Amino acid sequence: MKKFTSKVAAAALVMTLASVSGQTLAADSTKPIVIPTHNWSSQVVMAYVIGGIFEDMGNNVEYVSADTQGVYESIRNGDVTISHEVWQSTFGASFYAAMAKGGLIDAGTHAALTLEEVGVPQWVVDNNMCPGLPDYKALIDCYEVFATVDSGGKGRILEGPQSWHGTEYPDRVEALLGDNWVVKFAGSADALWADHVAAEKEGRATLTFNWTPNFTDGAGFVFIEWPEYYLGCRKQDGGDSKCGSPKGWLKKAANYKFPKTHPAAYMAFSRMSFDAGQIGSMAALVDLEGMSHKDAATKWLADNEDTWRAMTGVGM
Amino acid sequence: MDYLKNNPKLVQLGVVLIGFVVLILMTGQYSEIIDVRDGFTKAVEKGQIVPVTGFSESVSMILSGQLPPQFVRIPELNFLNLVVSTSIVYILTTLLIMAGLIFNNYYSKIQSSKISLIDWFKRYWTKLFLYVIISIFGGFFVAPTLFTWFFGEPGTSSFWDLPIIVTDYGNFLMYEWFPIQVYDPDIEEFEDKALIFQITRGISAALLFCIALIREILLGGVKTIVAFTSWDWLSENEWAYWPALPWTVVCATTTMLGYALQGRGLAMLACFGTLYISIFGQWEPSMETLSFVLIAAPVSVILGLFFGVWSYKSKSVEVVLAPLLNIAQSLPHFSYLVPVMVFFGIGDQAGAIATIIFATPPMIRLTLLGLKRVSPEVLDAGMMSGCHNYQLMFKVLIPTARRDILIGVNQVIMQCLAMAVIASFIGAKGLGFNLLLALNQLRVGQALELGLCIVIIAVVLDKLSMAWANKQTDYFADLPFMLRHKWSLLFGVILLIGIVLSYIGTFIFKGGINYLYLIPHTKGVTLEPMLQGGIDWFLDYFFFSLQDFNKWLIVDILLPMRESYLSMPVSATFFLVMGIGYIVGGIRSALIVGLCLLFIALLEWWDRALITAYMASFGVIASAIIGITAGSLCAQNKLASKVILLLCDTFQTFPSFVYLIPVMILFGVTDTTVLIAVIIYATIPATRYTVEGLNSVPEDLQDAGSMSGVSRIQRWVKIELPLAFPHIMLGVNQTVIFALFMVIIGAFIGTEDLGQFIIKALSDKQGIGNGLLLGLCVASIGLTVDHLIQTWASRRRKLLGIN
Repeated sequence: MKKFTSKVAAAALVMTLASVSGQTLAADSTKPIVIPTHNWSSQVVMAYVIGGIFEDMGNNVEYVSADTQGVYESIRNGDVTISHEVWQSTFGASFYAAMAKGGLIDAGTHAALTLEEVGVPQWVVDNNMCPGLPDYKALIDCYEVFATVDSGGKGRILEGPQSWHGTEYPDRVEALLGDNWVVKFAGSADALWADHVAAEKEGRATLTFNWTPNFTDGAGFVFIEWPEYYLGCRKQDGGDSKCGSPKGWLKKAANYKFPKTHPAAYMAFSRMSFDAGQIGSMAALVDLEGMSHKDAATKWLADNEDTWRAMTGVGM
Repeated sequence: MDYLKNNPKLVQLGVVLIGFVVLILMTGQYSEIIDVRDGFTKAVEKGQIVPVTGFSESVSMILSGQLPPQFVRIPELNFLNLVVSTSIVYILTTLLIMAGLIFNNYYSKIQSSKISLIDWFKRYWTKLFLYVIISIFGGFFVAPTLFTWFFGEPGTSSFWDLPIIVTDYGNFLMYEWFPIQVYDPDIEEFEDKALIFQITRGISAALLFCIALIREILLGGVKTIVAFTSWDWLSENEWAYWPALPWTVVCATTTMLGYALQGRGLAMLACFGTLYISIFGQWEPSMETLSFVLIAAPVSVILGLFFGVWSYKSKSVEVVLAPLLNIAQSLPHFSYLVPVMVFFGIGDQAGAIATIIFATPPMIRLTLLGLKRVSPEVLDAGMMSGCHNYQLMFKVLIPTARRDILIGVNQVIMQCLAMAVIASFIGAKGLGFNLLLALNQLRVGQALELGLCIVIIAVVLDKLSMAWANKQTDYFADLPFMLRHKWSLLFGVILLIGIVLSYIGTFIFKGGINYLYLIPHTKGVTLEPMLQGGIDWFLDYFFFSLQDFNKWLIVDILLPMRESYLSMPVSATFFLVMGIGYIVGGIRSALIVGLCLLFIALLEWWDRALITAYMASFGVIASAIIGITAGSLCAQNKLASKVILLLCDTFQTFPSFVYLIPVMILFGVTDTTVLIAVIIYATIPATRYTVEGLNSVPEDLQDAGSMSGVSRIQRWVKIELPLAFPHIMLGVNQTVIFALFMVIIGAFIGTEDLGQFIIKALSDKQGIGNGLLLGLCVASIGLTVDHLIQTWASRRRKLLGIN
């Protein structure tokens, strides 16, 4: 028994020494960096791309599938290390809620500007179903084209789930479009895409929430042009809601320990910045060429080695 | 008149209905109600209407045949948002304690002799002196101390604050209570971590280790090695990697197991199932799902057995567990995702825990049921043979109760795989996650393939576990070594051949993919284009013909139905439901269902609950009609019953998300879509229980009927249906629960009911409280119906003399 305890003590000593010596070199911890995967292609491919970059730097990486809104709480608790696609208007609230509780840090912003806004599929404009689009004023008169079975003759706007933007669209519609429009909340992104398919079959125009960069960019999607956004124009900020969405940021988030445990990886991560074209090319490998997400990431990393080496390598 | 006299319940029902209608009429004409409802909030905001009238005014309004506004329907009126000053709570607690003590004493007295309350009072009024002191002590000293201890010191509180209180308390427990200092070597600092947080993360780590172990046996990996060494060690030793079992080995072993446990049939099933999974390139996600099911299912079974046995042994445990089980079974799974995520982190372990919560209750129920059915003779025989407690339980009772316990195991496996998709919301890897990913790109064909894999795993696992449990041990066999260990030896041979094959594979296949070792995801054969084509054809073909149906259903049925539910005054709803409760089970039932309703009414989601109720009731009515008809037809024939039961199993595990998309394309983002999904899912139990109920009608009664010369139809209407009816009603009961679950999942299509708020709770600040309380609201609806049907069915069964 005594022998055993002394062995354990020796082992513990060795381990402490090892960790101390490791620390003096300021190298990254070998514990895996946990990267979340959500349910859309560009995000999953980017997760594998970033994971690939980390692995290239000698880190261990782990992937975990996570709910898009719940992930920020997990980052805060340290169950997940980073998140690389924080969309301003959709996840901003959850992101800042977690930040306010402490434990989540802002790890910089991507070059890509995002737009999250309602709009119509390209063929609605091509068929000239509502003349004057994409100006929002055109909508005031052609609400009937956008009516659905359950909208009672009014034009219907299919918004994303209520958790995404709260009452922003109902407020805006009331302020700018009037009584002939209703806002219906879809339950998930799938519902939006299903509605595009159904509307095209039926030949009815449809006005839905969407964002770019997204896989629908391929088939063409026209965003409605609302009056310019300015700070404080929304009702919840004290304005009259007579404004559209701003061009949004795409941020990165990390757990507060990440800079200390993996300094090199954190530095690389904070400098990573993808633009819309790069994100689109990642998604296209899966959505258009039918590759698996992992293969797409491997291919993207191989094709764009200069790009990401520049992001991570310079100055190190 | 005589007919009415003989059926007093009918008169009662009439009275309830008349009262209900009167209450509705008191709020005005139907069209006015709609206007009132829409205009009310605005009018209150502008100050045109007083939301709450005073007491005397209310009385005069009622006398003049009008309901005062606070009895109408809108929770925005604040009628139901009781703002309670804490002192009232303490006074109420005091009174409650007193009432409880008196009732307790009175109840124990009427057990021995029948006395009225007044007699009791005359005889035992001195007791009151003691009770008053106890209740004042409890209400004014103990309760406030506990209250401030848990919740801080609120001056006033409202029931609408309940989610905040629950969330704060959860967070306090999780992040603040009992802090201990933990050294984090990575950042070289001591941190304060709450005790519970450390404990739950410990449980998570243990579960994760088990899951990773099984996963790496099947798929290879490094985590198990890391668990015994460290990540540092691993990066220094590049060779340390646990290789996967080649798929050929898993496939052959499953087939062998099937043969060893049952015979050729099961071997074929296992072989085809695993071959399908591997050839279609779903090997990796399937094994990921399998690895967490292989942990979640046994844990659920063991927990279920443990609690089942415990509640069999102890009456008080049974009494405590019964309502908890009721709630757990009708609580929608989404409502505990957030708490599980907060307490256990994100990942496979969280998915496994959510699955265990979902799958254990039926196992407990069925274990208890099975043990209770064991006849006392068996127990006596065991005692006489000199069994001690342990032997009595494991050698006598459990084997005798095997039939019910096995149904429990079957249910656990079905529930585990039914959770595969939902568990992926909180981090479970595997088929569920890939399925959601496929659906997000509208690749229904691919999702269908993935869904089939889930069903296959469920069926194979179920059959294998059944066969294993049914296997008789041959105690007298004295076999030589080779025969005794033939299966393990055969496994060794299979393993060897598999390894050799995969080694050969490295020479045959170039380009990094060894098809004899692991078939990577998306590299297998795929039927996706064909399936997708079929679905597209279906959509194109039926699209236009269904549009008119959709329009008719929505405009003529669903919208009016929804409006009428929403325009039900709160008082009328209470009157109707409690009235029915009274008719079914007397004053006790009326009070129980009243309490369930009150819980919903006190929170701020009354109108949302009405929408949920509207969708669920439409779904239940439609499913019950379809299910009972289909079940009755199929029960006439042995083969047909078997086929329909298999279909039921398939649809119970087939992820509903897959058919949501095509239905959504056909019917748009409307209530029709939700209801069709509800009907597909909720018809399962109605059908299953009808078939089982009709098949269990005793043979001799059927013969007696035949001898009296009844026709086929007469036998069905007069003998089979009435006898099977209580069992069928239990099926309807399950239908209600299933329908409620699916209505909640319908939130992913786009609804405005409780479900939408439950999903929203995933990102709320008060996510824990909102999720749980909304879940409890749904559970309350379920419990109300459950209580009514159960009470009715048990009375009916007593009348018919069947057990």
